[in-house]
Amino acid sequence: MNSAEAMTLSSNESTAARSGIALDVTRAIAGGSSETAPSVRDGVPALAVSERPKIEVKGLDFYYGRFHALHAIEMRIPEKRVTAFIGPSGCGKSTLLRTFNRIYGLYPGQRATGEILLDGRNILDRREDLNRLRARVGMVFQKPTPFPMSIYDNIAYGVRLYERLSRREMDERVEWALRKAALWDEVKDLLKQSGNALSGGQQQRLCIARAIAVKPEVLLLDEPASALDPISTLKIEELVAELKHSYTIAIVTHNMQQAARVSDYTAFMYLGRLVEFNETQTLFTTPGTKQTEDYITGRFG
Amino acid sequence: MNIYTRRKVVNLFNLTASAVTTLFGLFFLTWLLWVLFQQGLSHVDWNLFILDTPGPGDEVGGLRNALLGSLMLTLVGVLIGAPVGILAGTYLAEFGRYAYLSHAVRFINDVLLSAPSIVIGVFVYEVMVVPMGNFSGWSGAVALSIIVVPVVVRTTEDMMRLVPDTMREAAAALGAPQWRVVTSVVLRAALSGVMTGILLAIARIAGETAPLLFTALNNQFFTLNMDEPMGNLPVMIFNFAMGPYDNWHDLAWAGSLLITLGVLMLNILTRFFLRPKK
Repeated sequence: MNSAEAMTLSSNESTAARSGIALDVTRAIAGGSSETAPSVRDGVPALAVSERPKIEVKGLDFYYGRFHALHAIEMRIPEKRVTAFIGPSGCGKSTLLRTFNRIYGLYPGQRATGEILLDGRNILDRREDLNRLRARVGMVFQKPTPFPMSIYDNIAYGVRLYERLSRREMDERVEWALRKAALWDEVKDLLKQSGNALSGGQQQRLCIARAIAVKPEVLLLDEPASALDPISTLKIEELVAELKHSYTIAIVTHNMQQAARVSDYTAFMYLGRLVEFNETQTLFTTPGTKQTEDYITGRFG
Repeated sequence: MNIYTRRKVVNLFNLTASAVTTLFGLFFLTWLLWVLFQQGLSHVDWNLFILDTPGPGDEVGGLRNALLGSLMLTLVGVLIGAPVGILAGTYLAEFGRYAYLSHAVRFINDVLLSAPSIVIGVFVYEVMVVPMGNFSGWSGAVALSIIVVPVVVRTTEDMMRLVPDTMREAAAALGAPQWRVVTSVVLRAALSGVMTGILLAIARIAGETAPLLFTALNNQFFTLNMDEPMGNLPVMIFNFAMGPYDNWHDLAWAGSLLITLGVLMLNILTRFFLRPKK
């Protein structure tokens, strides 16, 4: 049943793409382009996105022990787009992100019920091979976490887990990942040096390079720039804009301007519920609910 | 006296008290080292390393058999104890972190950590020396390894726990199975700490006398055969210090100095391993 549904969806998606619904919202919205916003679907939080979904969340509930952290989440994350998750602290946005690669499974007492379909297959299934799943769904965390090894080995670590490459191929892969993460020029002569010797912003880009080196299909970014200075933040945002051509990206951020700048779609969460999900431009210019409006205008959170 | 002056007086009093107690401790340490150097240094020469311990009435002698015996016992003890300790510590920190078994293991390990070493000596005497029929280097090494295990378990677990969970998550998020996460990321990050634990364990067993009295015993002659009783510094010091001959006393002093310097070196090495990395 799931796969049949996925097929109908994917045929919908192609018509949607052809009719030009996909908007390029990467330019900042704060700049006053709000007049050009598309028409609003008033009142109802738009949970449906018409592009081809990479990840489909159906009736997802999440528990930290007895604490019910996520309530009946329904959403579709479109392929090769940037989807931002915003909301006040503790609203469950990171928790939601952490279900997409089941990284929460490292801790006992954390469990999810419902369905998360990645390309139509339920990854919450018991039989799901978590290591393979995580190789397909990469993740970058809030704090940079370089491994205690050289810059080169940091990148090669994940690749070696799944691919047997010759020395030259590995060199090329490392360079490719570092270039993609806009770090190559800064570290090309320091590849043997420890990853810990880099600055915070460089470390975070190293972590992004490490994540994309294994060629995942989805990239989860959990507040990747919150510990960084403005210049490093800018670099990371440029990187996200660049990477979305090849990857489906989900990014959690505390920073609404950042969500507006980098994302195509935005999900607003509050108290463990998905309040509103829409094209970023629409959500920020003409929010569908009072809660969203209050949050994005800074009245709470 | 107002509140501010009162606080200053209390502060001064506490500072003075802690300085005095520190000096008190340092005084005895310095005294001990001073006496050791004074009595021992003049007897440290080449003969110490190339001659064996003298029997009653022998004019010249050294510590070759005791030094080498101590070295072998310690080495074998660590080779047996450290792997067990590292594996158990890794289990506690990583695989069985939330298991009920781990609480029990941690508790027992803490008991073992503070067990009197003579009890360990008697234990090994009962389970190894008696069945084998004679004192031996092997049983000495096993007794020492039982002292090594809890030290290494504890430091390994503590050091691995210092590695932040985000590091484990980052490695798992790349699709690494848990054993790869543990061996190639966590253990690597904790390596200097784990090494330190091993060095501390060596320092701890290098001077142990009690567990060897019942196991390796002592040997006045040179041997590399671990099936026989083995000479070792601590028991040699004990015997020679109590013996009636002046040259025995001198050797006991020299041996004490060597063992102290050895342990001091190990502690300095430990510092070296734990120094903040650039």
